[in-house]
Amino acid sequence: MNEEVIKVKNLSKDFGHFRAVDNISFAVKASEIFGFLGPNGAGKTTTINILCTLLMPTSGEAIVNGFNVVTSPDEVRKSIGIIFQDPSLDERLTAYENLNFHGMIYHIPVKTRKERIKEVLDMVGLYSKKDHIVRTFSGGMRRRLEIARGLMHRPKILFLDEPTIGLDPQTRQYIWDYLLNLSREEEITMFLTTHYMDEAEICQRVAIIDYGKIIALDSPHQLKNEFSLGSLNEVFLRLTNHGIRDEEVSGREHLGHIVRTRRLR
Amino acid sequence: MDFDAIRMIWLRDLIRHFRDRVRLLGSISRPILWLLIMGTGLRAAFNVHGISYTHFIFPGIIAMNLIFAAMQSTISIIWDREFGFLREILVAPIPRTSIVLGKTLSGSTVAFIEGLFVLGFAPVIKIKIPLPHLFLLLPLMFFVAFVCTSLGIVIAARMTSFEGFGVISNFVIMPMFFLSGAIFPIDNLPFLINIAVRLDPLTYGVDFLRRILLGIKTFPLHIDFLYLTIFAVVMLSIGVFEFNKRT
Repeated sequence: MNEEVIKVKNLSKDFGHFRAVDNISFAVKASEIFGFLGPNGAGKTTTINILCTLLMPTSGEAIVNGFNVVTSPDEVRKSIGIIFQDPSLDERLTAYENLNFHGMIYHIPVKTRKERIKEVLDMVGLYSKKDHIVRTFSGGMRRRLEIARGLMHRPKILFLDEPTIGLDPQTRQYIWDYLLNLSREEEITMFLTTHYMDEAEICQRVAIIDYGKIIALDSPHQLKNEFSLGSLNEVFLRLTNHGIRDEEVSGREHLGHIVRTRRLR
Repeated sequence: MDFDAIRMIWLRDLIRHFRDRVRLLGSISRPILWLLIMGTGLRAAFNVHGISYTHFIFPGIIAMNLIFAAMQSTISIIWDREFGFLREILVAPIPRTSIVLGKTLSGSTVAFIEGLFVLGFAPVIKIKIPLPHLFLLLPLMFFVAFVCTSLGIVIAARMTSFEGFGVISNFVIMPMFFLSGAIFPIDNLPFLINIAVRLDPLTYGVDFLRRILLGIKTFPLHIDFLYLTIFAVVMLSIGVFEFNKRT
């Protein structure tokens, strides 16, 4: 149970002159809920993209479920599920069709696929909407459908990039309860990124990341103790030590601009 | 070779295409416009190689619809990238070749159906197509659609905006179409234009179609076939290379 399912060593990623991820190292244990906490532009999404084999690192090493993301991407892909920050559902298809597509490209056999679709839709409470076109879904419903989809092929590791961003408090609570429950019942490791301090509280360990560097890594409880502060928010502000960040915007924009003009992402 | 992945990618694109009413309408109006207006208007004007102009351009009109539809369908790649679905595809454990093949086949299918629509006009303009010729014609139309789609995929893979794609594809489609011998015969052209004509894959596609429909040949059969095949293989390879990139 102490097996490390994600091992990152000296990982760096440059976009031209911009260093998005700066020599980070960490490990995630099996069945752990691990969080990357940091402001926008800190390098969270870039890190997740590297771990999900969507992006190549500039240097360093990332091993996911025992496989190197650079040399064995397909093996990595089989063992992971991802819920992206930007929605990645097909709006023109129904919920059922979206899940069916996913099932096929993850090679779930036909019979199992049908049962599994029902199972995951029930889990997120969307079975009654299975034949509705996703375009008609609210933001919360879409996020729940994405979670259902990410879990369809029973991945060992679930990556969640800002899972509750833009959602109302009820849906956020629903999702956190769901994830905590999932972590207790199945043996899924969860790696999530967030800039919400309250979301980081559900993690067993949190790495605080800023400007591409990990500046703290411990359980939320320990972090608060270490700084004798009552909330992660205060810990974070103490560690990062500045007010509104102009660089944050240009860093993020710059990154966003480059990512968009790269070829295939 | 992942047949499940190829089939699913092909199927999804087709479902999306046929759910889009407006696009379906557009794909019908184009051939009508070209055939009836251009062909009818110019019919009285002149004969080419002893055949009426409407008949002469018929294979070209088929080819035109094939290439336009093929290029347009590859915009789905840009669409998927912009709206995020491409990540779902890229993050799945499927070989990149299967992704490219699935996309090429779906584009070819959609283009082929548009080509069929034009073919349906043959009796209207009084072109007779004996059954055995049809058995040759249909796979050939699909093949030409396939070649055009493979080109579209390479362009789409490197484009990041819809507008950019529109500009480039018109920049590519128009010359390809005009230089293919679809609307004017390609004998006795100036030297440089001749080179462009011979590099244009659509020239061989049109020649192939015209040979079957009207019996007019410009290039030997094996040249047509070889050029188209090599062009498709090269395009597919570039496509796979692009999809393999993770920067």
